[in-house]
Amino acid sequence: MAQSSAPRTLYDKIWDDHVVDTQPDGTCLLYIDRHLIHEVTSPQAFEGLRMAKRKVRAPQKTLAVVDHNVPTSDRSKGIEDPESRTQVETLAENAREFGIEYYNELDKRQGVVHIVGPEQGFTLPGTTIVCGDSHTSTHGAFGALAHGIGTSEVEHVLATQTLIQAKAKNMRITVDGQLPAGVTAKDIILAIIGEIGTAGGTGHVMEYAGEAIRSLSMEGRMTICNMSIEGGARAGLVAPDEKTYAYLKDRPKAPKGMAWDMALAYWKTLFSDEGAHFDREIRLDAANLPPIVTWGTSPEDVVSITGNVPLVDTGHSDQKKAAIQRALDYMGLKGGEKITDIKLDRVFIGSCTNGRIEDLRAVAKAVEGKTVASTVSAMIVPGSGLVKLQAEEEGLDKIFKAAGFDWREPGCSMCLAMNADKLAPGERCASTSNRNFEGRQGFKGRTHLVSPIMAAAAAIEGHFVDVRTWA
Amino acid sequence: MKPFTNLTGVAAPLDIMNVDTDMIIPKQYLKTIKRTGLGTGLFSEMRYTDDGSDNPDFILNKPAYRKAEILVAGDNFGCGSSREHAPWALLDFGIRCVISTSFADIFYNNCFKNGILPITVSQTDLDKLMDDARRGANATMTIDLPSQEIRGPDGGVVKFEIDSFRKHLLLNGLDDIGLTMEKSSAISSFEQKLSTARPWA
Ligand code: SF4
Repeated sequence: MAQSSAPRTLYDKIWDDHVVDTQPDGTCLLYIDRHLIHEVTSPQAFEGLRMAKRKVRAPQKTLAVVDHNVPTSDRSKGIEDPESRTQVETLAENAREFGIEYYNELDKRQGVVHIVGPEQGFTLPGTTIVCGDSHTSTHGAFGALAHGIGTSEVEHVLATQTLIQAKAKNMRITVDGQLPAGVTAKDIILAIIGEIGTAGGTGHVMEYAGEAIRSLSMEGRMTICNMSIEGGARAGLVAPDEKTYAYLKDRPKAPKGMAWDMALAYWKTLFSDEGAHFDREIRLDAANLPPIVTWGTSPEDVVSITGNVPLVDTGHSDQKKAAIQRALDYMGLKGGEKITDIKLDRVFIGSCTNGRIEDLRAVAKAVEGKTVASTVSAMIVPGSGLVKLQAEEEGLDKIFKAAGFDWREPGCSMCLAMNADKLAPGERCASTSNRNFEGRQGFKGRTHLVSPIMAAAAAIEGHFVDVRTWA
Repeated sequence: MKPFTNLTGVAAPLDIMNVDTDMIIPKQYLKTIKRTGLGTGLFSEMRYTDDGSDNPDFILNKPAYRKAEILVAGDNFGCGSSREHAPWALLDFGIRCVISTSFADIFYNNCFKNGILPITVSQTDLDKLMDDARRGANATMTIDLPSQEIRGPDGGVVKFEIDSFRKHLLLNGLDDIGLTMEKSSAISSFEQKLSTARPWA
């Protein structure tokens, strides 16, 4: 395993420990420790394997789960939509044929793949993790090198347990200070994307550091790493620490006994050395951050809750002006509106960005004893079956239902609207997910990305409110 | 995979920044378990009107561009999800080359796996190529991968960079899984080392 004596970044260290082979032009063959697969991006990969008569090299290093396409209504009587059913059945068959562990739609461990991995202790520090899904960057919160791949690469990993990769550049984002009350990990990452733009991290792996990141729970760190891809980065990373170890200890797939001690000793070496070289550095002060709302159709279109929708002439280049105009038209906004005057039709709380237990607890705290506005239809979709069970054990579901929220079965749901959960044309939604692209949550649907408490407050009031002053 | 060497064809101008993969192929087309047939879904939300008929204003619906094989697009093309359905849809429609000032990483990778050449050029070159593309069917472009050149309709030449390994795969239409499998003993010895160094992994 290649190693240099110069100070190395966390990314350098994990990379070095996984290089199988280096070609003269620098392209590497990288060993993949963990592979997650789901129903939407894997069928063509298995079909490719069958056509070439290839086997899965290490089925025990792969975990399959359905999430994108499953309905979030009662699933005990099967899946009605024939295409969704075919895709789900195809994954089940492929998993069986190739000997891969599989969580089906009725398994309590089922959920959004990026919530399931950490929950099971499948996600571990210092490992390489891939999945045919761009939000694989989530797992970087554990100090794992994790990124999304395409279906051809899924096939490549299944067949060889490796990936052909050129090394990315190192970027560090340091978030100093402490978050004010009402401001969350989601606001940090939205602020970062607003700052660097959606292509700002292209070709880089982003390491998040600083007091504010250290202070975050594992859930908060996952929210941040999750949206690294919205900043264009190949992966996000947070160095593991006591919180990471405490989260993982005793998880079903985490190492036990002596193996745990051995792993822990290795994990403690996983940090960026003093003086390690970063190609790019960004600094941000958490203390100055407000709750953030996106106004447009790109995650970089961010504005403070106290701000206004931009006017077209705030754009610099003609292309930028055209982009703002296009986004305003799509979003049904004129430009200049106060954010707090924007009224919502729908609220979606869930996804691999904000569908974990901590998110649901925050929402429950915010809405307890209150009622969803009569003009709003609001849904909460737990990130996994285990999150759902935990929430129900804590009585959160009762709070949600009493307030008028729709409490659903786990899955991706309206984050990408592949199943029946979608916006109607023109509907406006406050969403805790990660993408506000045109049509993302439904044809001509309008998405504003926010944190869970901002979404909760908007559901109650029917329009955006500043949660720092909302009672 | 079909090799990519030279391509002469019509280039369509798509002057939009941040064209994301949801725009290229919306999710209702992701329910397939096949790689083929996705061309009808390409850019569908822009390409079709609410009643399903062709939107005459969309670039690929204009008579001059219906057979476009090259796309000239704004910055950060292919951002968003990892869905390989995006290059599959482009390919199925007939597009084999996309030119932009930058591409999202995963989309960029996915193109090469499907014999599509993504070319990164400077803003000045892009502006020029965008103007060329606006001239429609009379103004074809030639993409010459061996010499890494784009030749415009008026004889203008734009040079481009591409990683040599990817170029090699594309020129020869090689399946990289086959190539990697040739390294299977290196992978085995890595796994051997792994089982003592990090058995918990
Ligand atoms: S929750 Fe949304 S972003 Fe996350 S994996 Fe599912 S579709 Fe993708």
